[in-house]
Amino acid sequence: MTEQLSEDSAEQETRRRSFLAGVVAVLCGGLATLPPVVAAVWSFLDPLQRSSGAATFLPLTDLTNVPADGQPRQFPVIADRVDAWTGFQAEPIGAVYVKRDEGTDRVEVLSATCPHAGCFVELDNAAGCFRCPCHNSSFTLDGGIVAPSPSPRSMDSLECEVSKAGAVSVKWQNFYTGIEDKVAKK
Amino acid sequence: MRELSGHGESSGLDEVAGGSWISNWLDSRTGYRALVRSALYERVPGGARWRYVWGSTLVFAFMTQVITGLVLWASYSASAQTAWESVYYIQYEMTGGWLLRGLHHVMAQAMVVLLALHVMQVVIDGAYRAPREVNFWLGLVLMMLVLGMALTGYLLPWDQKGYWATRVATNLAGLVPLVGPSIQQLVVGGPDYGHHTLTRFFALHAGFLPATLVIFLVLHLTLFRKHGLHAKQPITKPDAMFWPDQVLKDAVAMLAVMAVVLGVILMPALRAILAGEPIVPGHLGAELGAPADPSEPYAAARPEWYFLFLFQFLKVFEGWGATGEFLGAIVVPGATLGIMFLMPIFGQWKLGHRFNIVFTIAILAGAGLLTAMALHEDYYALWADRSAFADVEELIESTGGDEDKIFAALGHDKEKLDVFTNRREKLEAIRRSEAFLVAVKQAARDSDRAVELAGRPEKIPPTGALSLVRSDPLSQGPKLFAQHCQSCHAHIDPSAENAEEVFAKSSAANLFEFGGESWVRGLLDPKRVGGAAYFGNTAHKEGDMVSFVCEDFTDEDEWKQDDKEAVIFTLVAESGLLQGTGRKGTGRKKVIKRGQELIANTDRCGSCHPYRDNETELGYAPDLNGWGSEEWLVGIITDPTHQRFYPDTNDRMPRFGVASEGGLQALSNKQIKLVSQWLRGSWYRPAVHNQANSDRDHL
Repeated sequence: MTEQLSEDSAEQETRRRSFLAGVVAVLCGGLATLPPVVAAVWSFLDPLQRSSGAATFLPLTDLTNVPADGQPRQFPVIADRVDAWTGFQAEPIGAVYVKRDEGTDRVEVLSATCPHAGCFVELDNAAGCFRCPCHNSSFTLDGGIVAPSPSPRSMDSLECEVSKAGAVSVKWQNFYTGIEDKVAKK
Repeated sequence: MRELSGHGESSGLDEVAGGSWISNWLDSRTGYRALVRSALYERVPGGARWRYVWGSTLVFAFMTQVITGLVLWASYSASAQTAWESVYYIQYEMTGGWLLRGLHHVMAQAMVVLLALHVMQVVIDGAYRAPREVNFWLGLVLMMLVLGMALTGYLLPWDQKGYWATRVATNLAGLVPLVGPSIQQLVVGGPDYGHHTLTRFFALHAGFLPATLVIFLVLHLTLFRKHGLHAKQPITKPDAMFWPDQVLKDAVAMLAVMAVVLGVILMPALRAILAGEPIVPGHLGAELGAPADPSEPYAAARPEWYFLFLFQFLKVFEGWGATGEFLGAIVVPGATLGIMFLMPIFGQWKLGHRFNIVFTIAILAGAGLLTAMALHEDYYALWADRSAFADVEELIESTGGDEDKIFAALGHDKEKLDVFTNRREKLEAIRRSEAFLVAVKQAARDSDRAVELAGRPEKIPPTGALSLVRSDPLSQGPKLFAQHCQSCHAHIDPSAENAEEVFAKSSAANLFEFGGESWVRGLLDPKRVGGAAYFGNTAHKEGDMVSFVCEDFTDEDEWKQDDKEAVIFTLVAESGLLQGTGRKGTGRKKVIKRGQELIANTDRCGSCHPYRDNETELGYAPDLNGWGSEEWLVGIITDPTHQRFYPDTNDRMPRFGVASEGGLQALSNKQIKLVSQWLRGSWYRPAVHNQANSDRDHL
């Protein structure tokens, strides 16, 4: 009887030891693996910490280069740009269409990025509208949707300023595509 | 114990008759014979069949991708300044690079086709049913991994095609609820596309995805062996062994796949041979577009053909707004995949199995139909007759597209309006297709030019091929001219069929071959100087220059033919476009001297134009010193109202290089230089083309 008891307790002891050994093995192994996993995930998520920075007004052109004829004209947006380890000076970072209606000094600026899926919207002078060559979204010269269109919203207008001397500048921003609301990327 | 075990193994080895001591030793240490036996001597119920080859061909295709991919990796450099450049080097300069890249590119496409066939065969045969459900799911994961590799590989050359297609794909990823924008930013490697987009896509393409694929492939094959081959019922033939019966069929199928792949790669070579043209190895295999440029529109943007159905699918939801986008890009593809994952469960019932078959065929047929629709839309103009819609075009033009006016013009007839609307849509489709085809041609030209520039003896600068393209007059000139000059100036060969039509619409001179002999001859031709190609549509139509050419210059007493020729010759010499002409040495010098005297003479050209030391004041007519040269053109484009040009009589030409305080010039100094160089035909030409391209200098 006593022998039986001592055998049971020895078996329990072995099980307990095995369990503890298993737990410690998993803990040790887990702890040993943790640093590379943490480092990997931490670095992998780095892009989430990156932002294009606050939108600023960038010089675009002169008012004299935007004739008051209601016809949009394409201008590149020039700015310094950093791509990871490379710094670019005065590079084209995007494009806009600028329009001035007849007899006014009021300038409207539309981003050339299609709000549908991000392609480059082109001006179709012959048809008098904007067209996206990717999925056929069409827009009026004011940027409004020509229905039916795959695009969920009108072309994205951008804030602009015209100085007294006639310098046109634009608040350059990128927006999320494919949604109805115009939400600026950060 | 070890000794005992060793003895045990060696007694087993004795059974292998004729085995060399090396193979016996190796087997005792590794047990490779058992491995080979289990790999090759699998029983195939009902004997070997062709319908079982698809899985093996897929493994073969993957191995091809691994072999070619690893060597491509050895020459590829993933960064925004080196990706295109290294792929260019592989494709055009590295020995056999075109074949290596071609195999990788075309086999990737073959893999997608083989995947579709494999899935179809598995579903039709009901091979997903118990006990093979898990293996079917593993297969679906493998399918997604293969498609993921296809998607990520498309970007790696960092050309316009891959760049714009990837922009669309990553923007669509941003539509996933809640985490979409974060996923997008993680995949892109930041807020903008650049180095880290490439490094991440490359890590996915060559590391994470294939490694995961290998793990899943091992599991897939292990389970395949565990459950054995799912034989097509009814079994009518005796069983056979995998080796050699099924392996023979598999090997023949692999050879056929490779033959098709090589056929696709070498097809252009065959066409060139038949056409008697030289074969350019760099043009075989996989395309390489112009370097990616975020600021340059790319109207030929399309995904690879096997993703065209998804691309077309987004158009189905026209007018649905954001809901359509979400449905087309996320919900429907996600639901389709979800149903495929549930197939083994549906398949437990006979009806469910039938549903699975119908569903799979419907998905493949639907994808095929959408692909055909996408191709039809893009290439519609090739077979559609636009002239049949001339009346529609006329009506749109005469009414300015105003719906009410069109309705009135159609006599307020609703039926006629419906017919008109229908035809108008067709016309629109033709125009869209025409625009696409033009864009495809332009893309091919841009690509050829980028390759030409990269192949210069000076090679690609550290700033990358894009900087070469952006500094190339031939690439940038036409675009800048179209954007800034074409609303007034024409640029068309006067002998072209539609030249007069273009001239009539322009409001300033035709600048085709400006500064060259033919242009100067036209300027000094009384029949043409007042025409639309020169001053006809400008404020100078009745100016002094036109009257001089029409009256004084035609006076044969005052202007002898030789003198006229001398003036023409000298003006072309001023522009610096006299290279390659017939006159040389002293004869040439004499003519130029005579021409200079005539131009400077204050009783002739010099009465209005300042030239050399004739003391005619600047401001009345353009300075002819260095007329038409790059420096002169840069000057007039920068500021046509400058004293040297038209300070008082400038006719609407903008001052492209002058900005107000705090503003920007309409054209940067670099852009002005590029337009000037392009107008003068001054750009890099590879040695073999020099002769052909010097035709314009033919005085």
